[in-house]
Amino acid sequence: MTKVENYRLEKKAVNGTAIFITSYKIGTKFYCHIENIDPGATIARAYGETQEAAKQAAIAKALERI
Amino acid sequence: MTEFANPDVLVTTEWIDNHKDDPDVAVIEVDVDAEAYVEGHIPGAVAWSWRTQLCDQVERNIIKKTDLEVLLGYSGITQKTKIVLYGDNNNWFATWAFWQLKLYKHENVYIMDGGRKKWLAEGREVSTDVIVREKTVYYAKDPDFTQRAFLTQVQAAYPLSTTALIDVRSRGEYTGEIIAPPGLPETAQRGGHIPGALNINWRESCNEDGTFKSYDDLKTIFEQHGVTADKHVIIYCRIGERSSHTWFVLKYLLGYPNVRNYDGSWTEWGSLVGAPIEVGE
Repeated sequence: MTKVENYRLEKKAVNGTAIFITSYKIGTKFYCHIENIDPGATIARAYGETQEAAKQAAIAKALERI
Repeated sequence: MTEFANPDVLVTTEWIDNHKDDPDVAVIEVDVDAEAYVEGHIPGAVAWSWRTQLCDQVERNIIKKTDLEVLLGYSGITQKTKIVLYGDNNNWFATWAFWQLKLYKHENVYIMDGGRKKWLAEGREVSTDVIVREKTVYYAKDPDFTQRAFLTQVQAAYPLSTTALIDVRSRGEYTGEIIAPPGLPETAQRGGHIPGALNINWRESCNEDGTFKSYDDLKTIFEQHGVTADKHVIIYCRIGERSSHTWFVLKYLLGYPNVRNYDGSWTEWGSLVGAPIEVGE
């Protein structure tokens, strides 16, 4: 078992869509998921070796959907 | 501040932290996105899939009684077990599971306020172990559909004089600008909303941390739209999960006596031949 670390919630606009970007560390991996603020559905999820890498990977996936 | 009508249906993240090893408590994670559980979950929590386990796999319907008995037995649950549900997207499908368990009259069922989002934000412990609880034999009761609205009941509610019909989807879905949110595949043939429906977004019931707003704030939100406790309330969304969330708010937090979740929702109404539809504001 491990604790969640580096939890970060950011609000951004991508291609005119308002999104929440949530990133955190579990164990040795960083995770990121993106939801559109309205209606609030998760639209992308990714992980990486750094918080920034996880974020960029999730944003790239999200861009395919918005 | 006024207390919720049924405050006992909510448990806090702290309560779960203190009871996660209690054998009489079953913590169940129900996510929109099944990958979330795999990343890490509350230690001891079992995952249920809304796509494969909380519905009939052949016809469009809620879970069958016999399948519920198998699921709950496999999850180590008896009629006396306290089931605590939580999940992603501010507990969308946790409240969907709660609604179905209430249809089948399981008494001890609760929602972890704030859901997965709050647990992670608080930096609490997570596990990646796949949990298998000791199996039980569960006998389900026959379902009570007084909390559920079928298509014919929605149609019979017109001219909506004593019924408040609430569409909890996003503005774009309500106006017909989009049929379904990006990335969510269940859709309908047409966009728009059921005539006369009020648009009160499910998210209005939540704080930024995922917890439910206070009784007073929730009461203000619904009453300013004319949704008062004396009304018969029917709630819908796209497939019935966001509307379960608002059903939970009205039924358990505000204590409205007559609230039904129309789980056929827009994917049913918006695909019916000849059904009236309103578009725009």
